[in-house]
Amino acid sequence: MKKVIMGNHALSYGAMLSRAQVVSAYPITPQTQVVELLSEMCADGTLNAQFIKVESEHSAMASCIGASVAGARAFTATSSQGLALMHEMLHWAAGGRHPIVMGNVNRSMAPGWSIWTDQNDSLSQRDTGWMQFYCASNQEVVDTVIQAFKVAERLMIPAMVILDAFALSHTYEVVDVPDQALVDRYLPPFKPEIKLTPADPRAFGGLTGSEHYMELRYKLEKAMEQAPALIEETGREYGKIFGRGLGLVDPYRCDDADFVFVTSGTAGYTARVAVDELRASGLKAGNLRIKVFRPFPFDRVREVLAKVRKAAVVDRNCSYGAGGIFYQEVKSAVYGRAGMPPLFGYIAGLGGRDITVDSFKEVAADALAKDKAEEEIVWIGVKK
Amino acid sequence: MSTEVKKEKKFTMTLPADELMACGHLACQGCGATLAMRYMLKALGQKTILCIPACCWAVIDGPYPYSSMDVPIYHCAFETAASTATGVKAGLEMTGDGETTVVAWAGDGGTFDIGIQALSGAAERNEDIIYVCYDNEAYMNTGIQRSSATPYGAWTTTTPVKHFKSRPKKDIVAIMAAHRIPYIATASVAYPEDFVKKFKKAKEIKGTRFFHVYAPCPTGWKSRPEDTVKLARLAVQNGYFPLFEIENGEKTTLNLKIKDRKPVDEYLRLQARFRHLTPEQVATVQAEVDQRWERLMKGCA
Repeated sequence: MKKVIMGNHALSYGAMLSRAQVVSAYPITPQTQVVELLSEMCADGTLNAQFIKVESEHSAMASCIGASVAGARAFTATSSQGLALMHEMLHWAAGGRHPIVMGNVNRSMAPGWSIWTDQNDSLSQRDTGWMQFYCASNQEVVDTVIQAFKVAERLMIPAMVILDAFALSHTYEVVDVPDQALVDRYLPPFKPEIKLTPADPRAFGGLTGSEHYMELRYKLEKAMEQAPALIEETGREYGKIFGRGLGLVDPYRCDDADFVFVTSGTAGYTARVAVDELRASGLKAGNLRIKVFRPFPFDRVREVLAKVRKAAVVDRNCSYGAGGIFYQEVKSAVYGRAGMPPLFGYIAGLGGRDITVDSFKEVAADALAKDKAEEEIVWIGVKK
Repeated sequence: MSTEVKKEKKFTMTLPADELMACGHLACQGCGATLAMRYMLKALGQKTILCIPACCWAVIDGPYPYSSMDVPIYHCAFETAASTATGVKAGLEMTGDGETTVVAWAGDGGTFDIGIQALSGAAERNEDIIYVCYDNEAYMNTGIQRSSATPYGAWTTTTPVKHFKSRPKKDIVAIMAAHRIPYIATASVAYPEDFVKKFKKAKEIKGTRFFHVYAPCPTGWKSRPEDTVKLARLAVQNGYFPLFEIENGEKTTLNLKIKDRKPVDEYLRLQARFRHLTPEQVATVQAEVDQRWERLMKGCA
């Protein structure tokens, strides 16, 4: 059924269609509508779930972990400061192998207080062991939540579904809300092999000496290494049922491109417009939108970049002292490989500053004028 | 010659015989917290799940892949005993188990200090869990550092003798009573029958139930392991740790009436953590205990 819904409600519908059994959440701008709609759904029975109205995001994740280890499908959503407060529990969820799915609305970190978008909140959680999916449309948000549960539960690794504050969270778009019966066919109920039950008393997460700890982490990494193939496989399966495939990357006009923007989130769709305009003026441009950041889709990124002459990575984030985070990852993907193009890194759009078509044109002009990237990070649209 | 026994001698078991805690645990000698766990499980039975944050008990049950317990345990983060237990209960109910008792089992640091936010949140929502604070009056697992449960006058490694703790212990029971949860009780390892009775009662109540359990720690209190039960008994008899319950935040009942309340002197003398106290400082301790006792008596009236 087609509906006009906001990005935040797309997260709620995703959780509803996935039949989340426990939702535990705390409100934070710009995520609030996610939990408002879910609390209505739980109250009127549209969703058969317990909604725990916790007193903090830290408790939200802790109770999702409790619900998950008891064998229930758990969902939460947060943003920025809330995600940062959860940090300890993000390690716990991944380390304990609890396949929780969480929506995160990308919002800049304070100070100064900002409610507008950039990616430093979620990218700061890079090494917690969560999968990270960056979405660019409300349709993709609904679809990705459903797929994320499937992949998470198969691998017993939690997953974060991420969307830009306001640019997506509060933007209304037409969304084909999947049919519940079809979603049920795609996503079976959560039946973990081991759970917390008096019928099979076990101790979870006890003191673990150096003779065992490393093996647990090795298994987490090995499971994560299976994720790229599984995301593609479940994405194709999703495509067969719903007519929309889900992948690791979303290349746009890259096949014959000389110059490619590497983007993520909604900036990826703005980049498409820039690509079309640049092509109209004679530059064979393309856009590679990276959808999945963890696990990083090294192979897919290399496949696309091997065919182009130059690539510019546009980051809506900054790892202070090291530059754009996607830029670092893309560099590591091409390192030591023959036939890879020179890469250029740009930072744009922090704290919700718009990344426009002109921003991309500025990036293209800068990159095309140079033979190799400068050591200094290039900032787009900054008042120096 | 008749071999008939004139009168059959009967032994009455006052506690359930079931043991859900096995030997082989890692507690120190004379640990009050192990007695507390053993008694609680006797009362609650096998359909119990424990959520244990960082505290002595995070270690006591045994390292991975062992456990000395016959009930499942989720080792959770330090400040999350109440919030994890909340999630476990919700998860069980949503998967068809409405019967199992979910217990958050935390030390005083995890309750009075770092876990109080999650505990307050769960209590305000009246989550259907039993929260137990076994109180040994300091961060014992990390090596005896003061918590807000450490009493006035006590030595710890962060309140050295020259600068002992000058503030009274936080009144956690009053804080919990202010949440008007259905059931709050104190319990002592020196009174197992009272202990088991109250946990059995709590098991049948729905909503948040809070236990403040007094658990002497020979390692941290610098007392003799064989004095654990004696200290716990003295603390009840001198009014330092009275046995009482509060229903719905209002109805307070003293479970063990004390006729002649003992002075605190002997109780303090058996613990080297109080050795430095001058007679004036002992009088301060006594005055504080008297004041709390009077307040409790007023509450019971």
